[in-house]
Amino acid sequence: MRGNHIVAEAAIRAGCRFYFGYPITPQNETPEYMAEALSNLDDGVFIQAESELAAINMVIGCSMAGARVMTSSSSPGISLKQEGISYLSALELPSVIVNMCRGGPGLGNIAPAQSDYFQATRGGGHGDYRNIVLAPCSCQELAELTMESFDLADIYRIPIIIFADGMLGQMMEPVEFPDRKNQKKLPPKDWTITGAKGRPGRVIRSLILDPVLEEEHNWKLMRKYERIQKREVRYENFMVEDAKMVVVAFGTAARIAKGAVIMVREQGLKIGLLRPISLWPFPETALVELGKRVKLFFVFEMNMGQMVEDVRLALGRNEDIHFYGRPGGIVPTPLEISRIISSHYLRKRL
Amino acid sequence: MKKVFSRPRSLRKVPFHYCPGCGHSIIHRLVAEVIDDMDLREIAIGVPPAGCAVLAYFYLDIDMGESPHGRGTALATGLKRALPDRLVFTYQGDGDIAAIGTAESIHTANRGENISALFINNACYGMTGGQMAPTTLLGQYTTTSPGGRKELRDGYPIRLSEMLALTDGSAYIERTTVNSPANIRKTKKAIAKAFKVQLDGLGFSLVEILSPCPTNWRMSPFEACQWIEKEVVQYYPLGVIKDVTKRDKGC
Repeated sequence: MRGNHIVAEAAIRAGCRFYFGYPITPQNETPEYMAEALSNLDDGVFIQAESELAAINMVIGCSMAGARVMTSSSSPGISLKQEGISYLSALELPSVIVNMCRGGPGLGNIAPAQSDYFQATRGGGHGDYRNIVLAPCSCQELAELTMESFDLADIYRIPIIIFADGMLGQMMEPVEFPDRKNQKKLPPKDWTITGAKGRPGRVIRSLILDPVLEEEHNWKLMRKYERIQKREVRYENFMVEDAKMVVVAFGTAARIAKGAVIMVREQGLKIGLLRPISLWPFPETALVELGKRVKLFFVFEMNMGQMVEDVRLALGRNEDIHFYGRPGGIVPTPLEISRIISSHYLRKRL
Repeated sequence: MKKVFSRPRSLRKVPFHYCPGCGHSIIHRLVAEVIDDMDLREIAIGVPPAGCAVLAYFYLDIDMGESPHGRGTALATGLKRALPDRLVFTYQGDGDIAAIGTAESIHTANRGENISALFINNACYGMTGGQMAPTTLLGQYTTTSPGGRKELRDGYPIRLSEMLALTDGSAYIERTTVNSPANIRKTKKAIAKAFKVQLDGLGFSLVEILSPCPTNWRMSPFEACQWIEKEVVQYYPLGVIKDVTKRDKGC
């Protein structure tokens, strides 16, 4: 199946019956699949909104009603959704937002890129908030993370960003959708607005005029973010056991880097890979652990250097953390990356 | 003794914060009365805007979900699609529905989205201090139209209700005002009709209510009501703009 179709199918299998979106390449196959699949379901709703702004606000309303809901887009469209994502965060509304990232800034192009890392992990809208950001590197992982994201959204009452790119969206691979039988126990949705039947009216709002109360709300969100940082860090270590140098990369870049690591291992170079799967919460502890015995790190991203800042923050140093980036929609080959990492490795005489 | 007047069940026992002579308190009460009269309290969900009426949820004792500025009708779309058997209505000012939210308004109406919009037109941005709105009349003074609104500089006042009536998805659109007891009664009837149209599943309904803003108009409450009569209704004529329930009867 194609990545963009997988996202849609995974959402439906996770119980999502509401999709609101606006066309943008390279993710159009997701709304197309949703339009077809949801209209074949009695309880399915698909709306092609007049804009990304409208779509994300339909998501807000739908989530207020307690329904599982998704929207998807690509970089310029995700920028337009940021207002709504800030509100979703403030209102603590579960929701799943897919970004099939493309080259930017501006209209950029429709080729795969990772240049929205800052926007995704820092909270691209206004105010002090975080979203759980998950970065799959294969179609199988895209299926698994998309399904799981609906549970995470409900557990923490938080927007989840599936952060992939045009490569993953267009790629075709066989997938096995996980069984939903082992679904996590979810908290009751006792906060929704469905009509004040036998109770006083309930309000979902983000306007908190009293600074004391707004600060309290900020701290409440912060405590939730701390819980998430403790429980929801995800990453993959690949051949790091004896590594003298570790490559850090996520998503499509990690897939390329993995190929490069396998190539340089054949030359006898002890290089491993750390692949953050959750970009927020960022796997800081995993990096710190590796940093205890590995001196040389090499960060590879399909942007001009964004995650590398988190790597430097986690390790608490700048020296011996090298960066190589290809922005603008360029997808380097494993051979290109293998040459660069081996030259860094050999230069250091490890 | 027979009780002839009391606080509606759907209106909380809280004093309004609105300025003296403001139309919001009257309209809030009308909404609560209609919800009670039609026994809708347990299925009603309101969407307040960004603007003076953002605090509507302090007064209306129903479920409410706050919207970002201008996005009320999109948010209400999401709510209504998830809960098709509830009564979903937005409460929006002129800047909200006719400037920043114009696209959402037109497309929600055009989809025939089965919601009701209450459009409070006071011809200015009240909450932010009386700036020019899309509905500000030509010649009307606001803090951002010095010397009065001039068409060459500021463009023309927009008649959003007439625009929305052109969409095939809109079912019922009426313009009323709350500047006199008789007009208040007509407004209540219009709100009830809009809700009925929604409950009957006929499509998008909207009531535009011309509402006094004495503070920002720099008038007394009485002068504000007179100004609506003399000036505002000349540009924004009162009455039913569209009613599909009448269409079948050849009207």
